[in-house]
Amino acid sequence: MAEDLLERPGPSPTSIPKVEMRGIVKRFPGVVANDGVDFTIYAGEIHALLGENGAGKTTLMNILYGIYTPDAGVIRVRGVPVRLRSPRDAIRLGIGMVHQDFRLIEAHTVVENVFLNYDGLGFIPKWSALESRLEEIASNYGWRLDPRARVGDLSPGEKQQVELLKLLVRGADILLLDEPTSVLTPIETKMLFKTMRRMAEEGKSIVLITHKLSEAMSVSDRVTLMRRGKIVLSKPTKEATIEELSTAMVGAQLIGDAGLEERQSAPADGAPTLQLSALSVMGDEGVLAVKDADLTVYRGEIVGVAGVSGNGQTELVEAIAGLRKPVRGRIILNGADVTGASPRRLMELGLTYIPPEGKKWGIVPELSIYENVALRVARYAPYSRLGVINWRKVAEVAEKVVSEFRVDTASIKSRAGSLSGGNVQRLILGRELTTSKPSLLVAAYPTKGLDIAASEQVRRILSKLRSEGVGVLMLSEDLDEILELSDRIVVMYGGRIVGVVGRGEATPELLGVMMSRGVAASASA
Amino acid sequence: MTLESLSFVEAILTSAVSAGTIYLIASVGECVTERAGVINLGIEGIMAMGAVTSFIITLAYGHLAAILTAALVGAVFGLLHAFLSVSLRLNQIVVGLAITWLGLGLSAFMGTPEVARDLLKSLNPAVPEYLAELKQAPRLPEVRVELIAGVPIVGRALFSQNVLVYAGLASALLFWFILFRTRWGLSLRSVGENPALADTAGVNVFAVRYLAVIVGSALAGVAGAYLFIGYQPFWVENLTRSRGFIALSLVILSSWSPLRAIAASFLFGGVESLQFRIPLRGFGAETPQLIMMLPYVITIVTLVLISLASRGRIPAPAALGKPYSREE
Repeated sequence: MAEDLLERPGPSPTSIPKVEMRGIVKRFPGVVANDGVDFTIYAGEIHALLGENGAGKTTLMNILYGIYTPDAGVIRVRGVPVRLRSPRDAIRLGIGMVHQDFRLIEAHTVVENVFLNYDGLGFIPKWSALESRLEEIASNYGWRLDPRARVGDLSPGEKQQVELLKLLVRGADILLLDEPTSVLTPIETKMLFKTMRRMAEEGKSIVLITHKLSEAMSVSDRVTLMRRGKIVLSKPTKEATIEELSTAMVGAQLIGDAGLEERQSAPADGAPTLQLSALSVMGDEGVLAVKDADLTVYRGEIVGVAGVSGNGQTELVEAIAGLRKPVRGRIILNGADVTGASPRRLMELGLTYIPPEGKKWGIVPELSIYENVALRVARYAPYSRLGVINWRKVAEVAEKVVSEFRVDTASIKSRAGSLSGGNVQRLILGRELTTSKPSLLVAAYPTKGLDIAASEQVRRILSKLRSEGVGVLMLSEDLDEILELSDRIVVMYGGRIVGVVGRGEATPELLGVMMSRGVAASASA
Repeated sequence: MTLESLSFVEAILTSAVSAGTIYLIASVGECVTERAGVINLGIEGIMAMGAVTSFIITLAYGHLAAILTAALVGAVFGLLHAFLSVSLRLNQIVVGLAITWLGLGLSAFMGTPEVARDLLKSLNPAVPEYLAELKQAPRLPEVRVELIAGVPIVGRALFSQNVLVYAGLASALLFWFILFRTRWGLSLRSVGENPALADTAGVNVFAVRYLAVIVGSALAGVAGAYLFIGYQPFWVENLTRSRGFIALSLVILSSWSPLRAIAASFLFGGVESLQFRIPLRGFGAETPQLIMMLPYVITIVTLVLISLASRGRIPAPAALGKPYSREE
């Protein structure tokens, strides 16, 4: 994506690599996360470590960062064999990691976050000197970052810069970035890639842990690909092709099995199921998060909502699902005015809501699978009479959910919290869809955090619903997914719907511009 | 303003400061504890222990020893709290309430004339025993800061008080400085916001929490000592009368800042002293119970107002009340 922006001087491998990992083995109960992995990092290179979720990339990097101890294998840093017992050992050797979820204290300022427990701080730190030191580093990389700002007020891109600052002030020159673009806007991503390139020019080594092929191709000097705990490929990026990488990554089992043709069918049949008119919704911060949104979702179509996170998408679906009272405007569901209606009434009128982060909002992890199913059905006959639950009926429907939606579990009595992310999501979808026939499904980030195969299954469920005449409104952070699934794409920016793009007209470039600048480009006529 | 109303205002301010200091010392300590992520609901009981300690030790060895011993007793209770809540990771609410009941019960026992007399006798046989039975001890002397105390209205309120009032103000300033300007404070606040992160950054989360609970409890002990020898040097059971719990809510009112705790404490000290003055002026003379409720009612009202003003999002330390364990 940013290929033309960045000049690539190419790797400059010196005689001794910065890091050499040889024969790394790491076992967890029931799984070999790293199975004899060799990995080498040179000075001044951007090294993409590619693989699906669960391929073992993060485990490998956590070993290099001292979080896990390997069961076997040798690590040499600048030629010297080392034992890394904790992240502090790694930092001392100049190895720093930026995790996918930021490790920052939101209530504290940038400078406080960066210098927490910093050696040589002094009992009464000279905060102003530290602040100007941060400003200096920030300007070196072209960041506009106020050291006195509260971290909670920063954008994801800025928070990432704070994470980098934490490492830089401690002299890290081997930087491990775990899925660093997953929370960034396209523009912030470009900015990050520029920063990475600049760091590489300074002789630092950067490992980009990612599952996005396009990213690996556009910014890295070398690419190493992992699958099921092993390295399957490692070569200069120039010599690699997207096709080769994608085949190697998923192991070909999914290619051709994607059921794409099935998904293209079933056009909208014309009857509206959801109508929003001039809907405005308040966000948590007390400012309007959604402003005057007008939108209609028809039965038998998938409407994807694209936008950089924090532009009102979450608040929009929460208002539709009855979790957030609108300030102004109306919500019509199947002809009935449901503005401000309770989630239960909405459900009874034909709405099904799939919350984000299923493990957190969609299930009670401590309860068993069938109890989680009961949460949805226990109010209604035949699952309960006079408030007494008929557990036999509940168990029957739970068995049905588990088998029809392929929830991989030993028993419906297992704790729901013990299921993997994909199984949780199938459990939620199954629970909602087995016991009711919705006319509208609202799904907030239904594939987030799932691996490729599980995401694919969720996408198939969504397209199947569409072909059955259900209207689907879907949030996703994955632009490719939105483009692939949606009949129409709604773009949100600053709380407004800035454009609705039909399937044929949408391109990643067009959506990217709309998402990051809020302009309804001319193509969306 | 008439001379009479002027002196009424002066009297109110003076008693606001002297009643408020009870809250100030306790809530400064609790600010420190809670900033580290531990909520100490035991301060009510620890204050009671501080009060009874100061009663007996003042008679035996004098004021300074009394204050130091009250701090020590508070610290010991804090150590117990920290052991249960930080090391054993028991529910902080339960631990705090247990310590409150323990402190209230034990202090009531120690304050009975017989026990107090025996304690006094074993500590310092030279002191006449009947002093303990009188349930009284000498009040802390006022220390007048001559030049400033002459300033009208506020002069007397702030600069004609006993040494613990000055110490209370100094502790607010000192702990504010430590919390927000020093390396220790940054580590402590980080532990209260995100202990796992502080741990990976090399902060000893357990040590910080132990220290924060112990320091806060020691201050609660001193607050109890002040309540007795600095404010009302006559021992009665339940001397604290839920002041520890009011101090806890003042911590929220001052949004976990020792500096704002000064204003909050003196405000509530004012409310408390009003309840003694209003009946004298006619209103409520027959139903003093209603007026005695005032501090508690105002506590609830203020908390509601704060909650409304901040839309239910009071900026409490993010890890407040959550035990930390490394395995998670």
